[in-house]
Amino acid sequence: MSEWWTYSLSDFLMFSSRSYYRLIESYNAAVWPAHLVALVAGVIVLGAIARPRQNLQRSAALVLAAVWGWVAWAYQLERYAEINTAAPYFAAAFAVQALLLCWLAYRPGNAAPAPQPLTLGLSGLAIFAYPLLALALALARDGGEWRQAEVFGIVPDPTVVATLGALLAWRAPAIFWLIPVLWCLVSGATLMELKINHAWLLPVLALTAVLARVMGSKTPRDLNSTANPRS
Amino acid sequence: MPPTSPSRRHLLASMIAASGGLALSPLLAAAPPAPLLTRPIPSTGEQLPVVGLGSWITFNLGRDPQGRREATDVMRQFFAGGGRLVDSSPMYGSAQDVIGEAVQALKPARLFSADKVWVSGGARGVAQVEASRKLWRVPRFDLLQVHNLLSWEEHLPILLAMKREGRLRYVGITTSEGRRHAEIEKIMASQPIDFVQISYNALDREVEQRILPLARERKIGVIVNRPFRQGDLTQALAGKPLPGWAADIGCTTWAQALLKFIVSHPAVTCAIPATSSVAHVRENLLAGTGRMPDEALRKRIAQDVERLA
Repeated sequence: MSEWWTYSLSDFLMFSSRSYYRLIESYNAAVWPAHLVALVAGVIVLGAIARPRQNLQRSAALVLAAVWGWVAWAYQLERYAEINTAAPYFAAAFAVQALLLCWLAYRPGNAAPAPQPLTLGLSGLAIFAYPLLALALALARDGGEWRQAEVFGIVPDPTVVATLGALLAWRAPAIFWLIPVLWCLVSGATLMELKINHAWLLPVLALTAVLARVMGSKTPRDLNSTANPRS
Repeated sequence: MPPTSPSRRHLLASMIAASGGLALSPLLAAAPPAPLLTRPIPSTGEQLPVVGLGSWITFNLGRDPQGRREATDVMRQFFAGGGRLVDSSPMYGSAQDVIGEAVQALKPARLFSADKVWVSGGARGVAQVEASRKLWRVPRFDLLQVHNLLSWEEHLPILLAMKREGRLRYVGITTSEGRRHAEIEKIMASQPIDFVQISYNALDREVEQRILPLARERKIGVIVNRPFRQGDLTQALAGKPLPGWAADIGCTTWAQALLKFIVSHPAVTCAIPATSSVAHVRENLLAGTGRMPDEALRKRIAQDVERLA
């Protein structure tokens, strides 16, 4: 693209907020009752963060990987691509993150687990719990319909935020954070251009998670470690 | 200077003289009370209504059935009001298919289909044009434009050959928001194109300096995109009272005044506001009727918009 510096964010926005939320609404209707499965997946991940045992965490990482793969295909490729020509690239990034999460579940290593600071755990829980509650409230405040609710495991934003929470709790290395954080920036910019009130939320959550991770222990806790951090 | 003519006939005669060809289509003249003004395409003299319909963002609706029904309603109203030129691009997501669905349903007799080629490489351009044509459900395009000058050196010869073979009626190039104007001028001066599409409105008037005069000199039609700065201009003026001159040219809204400012420029063939609202398409079409501002009033409109927006 020549004269790239003359382009603004709005030049890349190719749909209206009306089209965006109607797409989510029709997608929600089409994939129902997958929301129930996603709810179970969410409970598994939440449970793993609350009780950090190796097998639970491995299962949680695999559940997250499956969810990222599902969102890549069912949402990005099959739906979002209808109105956004960049969606196939987003789908590819989500598929890569799914693979990374599989690797996170089984990667070799012998790092000893460090005790999980309370703040990290709370941040992880808060960031994970947020999309299940607060994002829906924000949507309602904007006058959106419940049919347009963005649900973990179904659409990207709450899935990504939940993943950030899990990564924070697991103190995962930077490579696992790259795609989720980039998505928060891309999606936040999109929502900002769509003039959605809670557009600031995703980038702020991503920043919060990154800061919490940086301020926390620099020792990565490996999912394959054998010790129980609470023992 | 306020508009001077109380008579529509006299007004139109004055505008023909002033604008170098603005004319009232005989067919539309028989449809009172608000005939949509037309302008001749410089290269052929074919008359084209001064208000067209864009599709950027507004018609990118995916599979949404309700949105598609509304888009068909917008196009129904557009054609019923005398509109002809509908503009789209492969870059606009599902807009081409949405237009095609409406074309299939409405079968408009006087559609002027304007699309674009937007891909690197000439051979890929041919395939893209054919894919676009199928989405539009038309036998051929009236106008194909090289979108944002992408690979124009490869696309233009192919489009001109298609025109010679009768597979296309007009060829053009596009840019938006003031980009690559030097290259646009170079192509306008050297290539046998029929249309140039540019951004122009009461605030963004750079094209008045060189491109619009060059278009008149080279007999190139001008299509104006982003007449409202993608809604930002109408939003900035919302709630601000219309100045007294608005009533003199029959404007009841800022959108109409902004459009009249554009289509009253003698080099402009057609403006293409995009909308997903039937009410807005009616309002836009009204801007192509009745009295137009003269040069003095155009300056005043620009000054007022600059002051208020």
